[in-house]
Amino acid sequence: MMTRTPEPATEHTFYLNLGPQHPSTHGVLRLFVKLDGEYVMEVDPIIGYGHRGHEKMAESHFYEQFLPNTPRMDYLSGMLFNHAYVAAVEKMAGIKAPPRAEYIRVICAELNRVASHLMWLGAYLMDLGGVTPFFYAFDDRENILDILDRVSGSRLTYNYCRFGGVARDIDDIFIEATRDFVKRLRGRWKDYNNLVTKNVIFIHRTRDVGVIDKDLALRFGCTGPVLRGAGVPYDVRKAEPYSVYGEMDFDIPTGDNGDAFDRYMVRLLEMEQSLRIIEQALDRLPDGPVTTPTPRKVRPPKGDYYFAAETARGALGYYIVSDGSECPYRLKVRVPSYGNLQTLTEILPGTLVADTICILGSIDIVVPEIDR
Amino acid sequence: MSSEDLKRALEKIVEPSSVHARDYERNGCLLEIGAEPGQLPAIARAARDAGFFLEFITAVDFADGPVAVYQFNECETISRTQVKVQLAREESLPSIGSVYDAALWYEREVFDLFGIRFDNHPDLRRLLLPEDADFHPLLKEYGKVHAFRSARDIYDDQDA
Repeated sequence: MMTRTPEPATEHTFYLNLGPQHPSTHGVLRLFVKLDGEYVMEVDPIIGYGHRGHEKMAESHFYEQFLPNTPRMDYLSGMLFNHAYVAAVEKMAGIKAPPRAEYIRVICAELNRVASHLMWLGAYLMDLGGVTPFFYAFDDRENILDILDRVSGSRLTYNYCRFGGVARDIDDIFIEATRDFVKRLRGRWKDYNNLVTKNVIFIHRTRDVGVIDKDLALRFGCTGPVLRGAGVPYDVRKAEPYSVYGEMDFDIPTGDNGDAFDRYMVRLLEMEQSLRIIEQALDRLPDGPVTTPTPRKVRPPKGDYYFAAETARGALGYYIVSDGSECPYRLKVRVPSYGNLQTLTEILPGTLVADTICILGSIDIVVPEIDR
Repeated sequence: MSSEDLKRALEKIVEPSSVHARDYERNGCLLEIGAEPGQLPAIARAARDAGFFLEFITAVDFADGPVAVYQFNECETISRTQVKVQLAREESLPSIGSVYDAALWYEREVFDLFGIRFDNHPDLRRLLLPEDADFHPLLKEYGKVHAFRSARDIYDDQDA
């Protein structure tokens, strides 16, 4: 990677607005960049264009009424946000979902995680200038959207989980389609590896670019593939298993030096681990009901609660303060991209503009999740 | 480093009586510390030296003044630690941005949504709302309010 130490302003210094309407910013993110020729000297990420006030909305809605808001925070891993919120409120109110519902949630959540990673893969390689992988990735992702569409009724903003279960049971067609998909995606690894992982242009563009090491990642509170790429095996599914993740056998892929290539590898290997979880869950899927009777209005006991879950981008957390009524007194969402995006202020200065796009893509941000 | 090490370090900074163990199974948190605003930089440094990362900073608005909530966690064992600071209206907090870089944005967000100021913050601008906004939306006096309670009412009456 070509880098240069930022120097004081000269006649070559100028400011560039990257975004908010730019295809490589993945949502409405504006990067206010100070450039010296082709080199970045300073960067100021400006967020908030998609601020909808979800946390304020929660305070005047019943716990159930907030359910459709959750997948809209992160439109690429909506099922994971939905699952985490439901699991959080169930824990607060002492509701226990039947085992079959928990397994279905895990299957759908992992499918969504794979879909999110595939979307990232396609979009990232498109950012780097390779158009072909985009079609491969979207072709695979389309299968997942069809599967999840069948059970949840939506293609992106899945509002599928309910307190005490899921909205509707899965059928044999769902199970068969999921098994077919697992087989299909396993057959694709060879293609992805030949097309991308071993591609010399890709390696040159990403090796040693945008290095986020362990120290930097922890200072900024990074989680997910960004932290795991730096070699820290922290995954909430292992660290504090929720739902039925404790019963599943899977590994946490990690990188070595935390560059863009490591983050790519971590996500690629994570998809295989998600497939393993899906297979195990399908094999052990118990019979029985998918819902349990719950009160019409959930009123968790007074107090404050924190619930953590792992989304495709890292550790998600719901901090909920309950006053014993049917509305949350305060609901704070700790989102993973928040910390990951902030690292840009430290890793971008000194790099080329072309690498800015590469680094921004490699940390996999979803801006509406940061804006909330 | 574990929760125990941090607990020992924190007991030197704050009154031992304000360090409480929490029920992890119920609240998802192991340790809770009630702190004074002035103790925050020392607490943050102790957490950083114990290998903790900053999970989030937020605030909750109560009738008797907002409560700022800082949460630290660690990657190896479950050791989530919460620091709560009861503030008076218009009272400011010291910034911990020099200890944790992640704090810079969280503090801007808390300033933006609650109007709590952070001393020594290098760049205390609004984060999510437009720069010309003249309100702080997460204060309970803004917009439709379902309930406005005192902090003691919620935090002290817990079963745990």
